Amino acid sequence: MQFTKVYASLAVMSVVLMACGQQSTTSQTGTQSAAQDASFQKQLQTQLLDAKPGDVIEIPEGTFAFDRSLSLTVDGVTIRGAGHDKTILSFKNQIAGAEGLLVTASDFTIENLAIEDAKGDALKINEGKNITIRGVRTEWTGGPDVNNGAYGIYPVQTENVLIEDSIAIGASDAGIYVGQSKNIIMRRNRAEFNVAGLEVENSINADVYDNIATNNTGGILVFNLPNLEQRGEQTRVHNNQVFENNLKNFAHKGAIVSTVPAGTGIIVYANDRVEIFDNEIRNNKTTNIAIASYFSVGEMSERGVKASFDPYPEGIFIHGNTFEGGGNSPTLLELKALKLAMFGLGGSLPDIMWDGYVNAALPADTLRLCVQNGAAQVVNVDGPGGYKNPSMDQSAYDCTLPTLPEVKF
Amino acid sequence: MHIWGKGLIFGALIILAACKGPATQVTPHMQDNPQDLSAWGIVSISGKAMTLGQDAMPYDLNSPLFTDAAHKLRVVWVPPGKTATYREERALDFPVGTVIAKTFYYPKGSAGVLRNTDDYSADFAGEGLNLANVHLVETRILVHREAGWVALPYIWNDAQNDAVLERAGGAMALSLLKDNGETQDFTYVVPNANQCAGCHAPNATTRAIEPIGPAARHLNKPYTYHDGTENQLDRLVRLGKLTGLKSAQAAPKNANWRDQSAPLDKRARAYLDINCGHCHNPHGAADTSAFYLDRPEHQYPAGNTGICKPPVAAGQGTGGHSFDIVPGDANDSILVYRMDSTNPGVMMPELGRSTIDEEGVALVAAWINAMDGDCTAPQ
Repeated sequence: MQFTKVYASLAVMSVVLMACGQQSTTSQTGTQSAAQDASFQKQLQTQLLDAKPGDVIEIPEGTFAFDRSLSLTVDGVTIRGAGHDKTILSFKNQIAGAEGLLVTASDFTIENLAIEDAKGDALKINEGKNITIRGVRTEWTGGPDVNNGAYGIYPVQTENVLIEDSIAIGASDAGIYVGQSKNIIMRRNRAEFNVAGLEVENSINADVYDNIATNNTGGILVFNLPNLEQRGEQTRVHNNQVFENNLKNFAHKGAIVSTVPAGTGIIVYANDRVEIFDNEIRNNKTTNIAIASYFSVGEMSERGVKASFDPYPEGIFIHGNTFEGGGNSPTLLELKALKLAMFGLGGSLPDIMWDGYVNAALPADTLRLCVQNGAAQVVNVDGPGGYKNPSMDQSAYDCTLPTLPEVKF
Repeated sequence: MHIWGKGLIFGALIILAACKGPATQVTPHMQDNPQDLSAWGIVSISGKAMTLGQDAMPYDLNSPLFTDAAHKLRVVWVPPGKTATYREERALDFPVGTVIAKTFYYPKGSAGVLRNTDDYSADFAGEGLNLANVHLVETRILVHREAGWVALPYIWNDAQNDAVLERAGGAMALSLLKDNGETQDFTYVVPNANQCAGCHAPNATTRAIEPIGPAARHLNKPYTYHDGTENQLDRLVRLGKLTGLKSAQAAPKNANWRDQSAPLDKRARAYLDINCGHCHNPHGAADTSAFYLDRPEHQYPAGNTGICKPPVAAGQGTGGHSFDIVPGDANDSILVYRMDSTNPGVMMPELGRSTIDEEGVALVAAWINAMDGDCTAPQ
């Protein structure tokens, strides 16, 4: 049974806050005194500590400043604001904690609020089932910066995750990042000005649709990284608008996303059974879709990568997407040269780029990449050969793969 | 007559009590969370000393957590008639009713200035603390209730006569004088009760809270008690407070990370174990990273040692470095970069410090620099 607790003191605080807010329209933070902020911080954290399953913690309209992370460990709690543009939790002056809000609990819902300027991740959920994130905005308000926090919305090792109608802006790694999870729906979100817009990493059974990814370095990413317990597979990426993801990569070297060339629409790294269909993909200047192995992004070193890691992307099916522009100005030097040689100064790379690494241990006719997408073409850039012998032979991709089921939970 | 004799004995008891100081009865609160630390009785203020409750046993660790160079007095109280059960790797299995108190304090120098120093020599008054020489900051209680362990942070008041429960944690500006004369200004952060669990739940799936320090490998060392010096595990066994262990010699033992005579590898691993291993273990909150640093005796396979391992979700925490550990190159290792930072989005551990443990960084850097090879060998 759910019930709502509206705390009188919270209401008082919001009244005070709104009064202050009217005086200051230029700055969203600093509208409260430090003492009010400290008092609200303690109050909200205490509510999170005292929460019982079924509780709804409502945070009123206003901007609230925190200097330390908030955390929740109780199952079955809802945190609700008055809107992502009305209830703002600001961590601009954060001195401690690696997240804005850290949740280690199941049956959790957070909706209708914003988390701004966290020093680390904005919202992290580490282990938990039945997670709903709705109408949440995570943003670094100073724009893209290498020193912004890594992830906006970051569920990891979770199961049954719904992220919808949310907004992620300015993450120095990924705006919305679901890692090492199972059963994921990401829909109707907007990711902008992040290195990676939306990312599915080492996850199983993900459905990514009706999102808008624009102005990121890379729009939508489906990755597998080595050494982790769970290898990811089975992701649908469909009906998204992925355009003009041409932002200069501002991630620190070493972060896997630092290898994403600016101007990449959708990119698959070392993941299997990925179906990319019915998306509107345009004007991503390096390539609209990239399919790559781990060889293109990292070292398969003996000491640092488990030998069991499969670096190849397999079972990738691309169909029914709408393409426009893109590939006209690749940001990787090798690709720039390749484009010039193959398509000339005014030409463009085709809509789909594949790095060309294949697992020699598999039968040669094993389907690795199938494309049924009208006039869209694939360029095999010959990564293994040092980009020397790229190929436009399309015959290998004229195949189909079983479509993946819709994710339900 | 006997009256005279009884009076003598009574008088002797009074004198004895006066010498030893009256020990407070420990009260294990099994349901309620008292607002005042004094309600537990495990540590109490008595004149110019912080004294230990009756049957409360002090202990320390071969290598402790850094915590902004705070000194710590650790005390465990096991209910009369009950015993802990030995476990080789996890913390000793203390019975329900056990109370552990860890008091964080700083030594005071002239004019009351707080010091960042390794010198513990003036801290103690008997088994307790000499308040003329130390300033109490916080005491964290771990109590083993029927449903499991509960962690409660108490912050000492200005009068230094009691500490108050602050479940939401706290922050205070501190200034420390280092032994080299430098002054260090920082904000000391007391974790909230959830954050206590962030470290004290070494299994992030069960989220069960448990003690970290009182594991055999950390406790296996001598301690100087009011009645002499004795190995801590042996004392627990001798007092009938620990079963399942014959003697400390059969238990694992971490190095003292400051002990220059111990092998570098053992010192560094002991440091990383206590500072990182509660999250960086195969079941911990940082199993998301596949980088494991617990149990120095345990050798993890390639891909989990951090050596040449690419980070998973370090984000800006990479600092521009490609691997957790680059053998022979501490300066290019993410591990050292994150230890050497106080940016909350970068630093490791994520909680529990606001300053850099320069000696700890130096130790881990030396350990990495002594490693052979590089990260170029392909499979």
